[in-house]
Amino acid sequence: MNLDLDCRGLLCPLPVIKLAQALPAVAVGDTITILADDPAAATDIPAWCRMRAQELVSALDHQYVVRRLT
Amino acid sequence: MSERAYLDAASAESLHPAAREILLSALDSGWADPARLHHEGRNARLLLDNARAVLADALGVRPDEVYLTSSGTAAIHSGLPAVAAARRRVGSTIVHSAVEHSAVLHAAAATGTAAEVGVDSLGRIDQDAFSAQVTQPGVALAAIQAANHEVGTRQPIAWAAEICAQAGVPLFVDAAASIGRDAVPGGWSVLAASAHKWGGPAGVGLLAVRKGTRLSPAWPVDEREDGLSPGHPNVPAALAAAAALQARLQEAEALDKQHRAWIDELRRRVAADIADVEVVGDPDDRLPHVLTFSCLYVDGEALVTALDAEGFSVSSGSACTASTLRPSHVLAAMGVLTHGNVRVSLGRTTTYEEIDRFAQVLPGLVRRIRAEVGM
Repeated sequence: MNLDLDCRGLLCPLPVIKLAQALPAVAVGDTITILADDPAAATDIPAWCRMRAQELVSALDHQYVVRRLT
Repeated sequence: MSERAYLDAASAESLHPAAREILLSALDSGWADPARLHHEGRNARLLLDNARAVLADALGVRPDEVYLTSSGTAAIHSGLPAVAAARRRVGSTIVHSAVEHSAVLHAAAATGTAAEVGVDSLGRIDQDAFSAQVTQPGVALAAIQAANHEVGTRQPIAWAAEICAQAGVPLFVDAAASIGRDAVPGGWSVLAASAHKWGGPAGVGLLAVRKGTRLSPAWPVDEREDGLSPGHPNVPAALAAAAALQARLQEAEALDKQHRAWIDELRRRVAADIADVEVVGDPDDRLPHVLTFSCLYVDGEALVTALDAEGFSVSSGSACTASTLRPSHVLAAMGVLTHGNVRVSLGRTTTYEEIDRFAQVLPGLVRRIRAEVGM
């Protein structure tokens, strides 16, 4: 299962906040695909995954796939 | 709000009392053009020579190796291209770390082909990559800061100087964040610094250029400062900058000890009292007076504004408003959280009471800003 999250046009820290708020909506092992064009997201989404112990599956062209691990 | 606590000394320090007296008297005695041969001009020239001698002594170089400029940025903008231009027959590659001050990045981009070397999560340069880049053919110069202005991490300057010397490449060191606070190892070819960072007046920068380093100033030149800083110099400000550095170095050891202990305590308390916070930069091999951290889910500018309302002046590398295009390139290069970022930097008048109160007030402000966005 995958949840899509469109954060285009949102400035930092909103994409990361939306991601954190969406996490409980997916089961452990499922993914969230975030579209975010704010330049800070390129650093902050991987940093969030590291700090919150979730998996960054991919980060490419403003599209980030995150897997819920806990 | 009772008293303000200025915790942004890394941006600028208030004028050192020793500089203030000198500045006021030099405004009356040092206004004339030091290039003129008359009585007033000679007086100004004496003051300028005196300033240069004091600055040279503080940096451990000869007076004729010191050039005064109109800011630290101007020193970098004129000095870096001048070194590169003198090496144009060798090549035009400029090797630099990814966490240099924007003045170095802009000068490098405008001067030649920039070869950027990455850093680790503490902000320290990738030594293998630096060594590999410097030993390539066609390198005009290498630029590394003495320590990072945003996160405080020191760079291995003595090591870089050896690598550069072996390769015959001049090393350009931006020491603006360090001079007056933290000893900078030798071995460099050119060093740049800025007086308002050590308690001198704004509008004074300097370049120290070791003998044997060739320069070819790249912009329209006049007879001043060997073409590195055109126009009538600000003699009173230069003299005040020298007095400030001299006074500051006498206090440096005591301030270093005090600031390191306070920053260590602040580092521990921020990490312990705030959830989801990332304290960044090297915990030990760093500038004495800087602490930087990022709080998850927090708008950095909102936090700066909230702290300001509580009487604390700090800076932020975040770019959480539409007015800034990108977050701090330093934090991005380190791969650490860029939003919710705060830099605290201590000055010579900072008190323990101020940092203690900061540590008490901060967690509540972070909680409030998070609550406003439902976190």
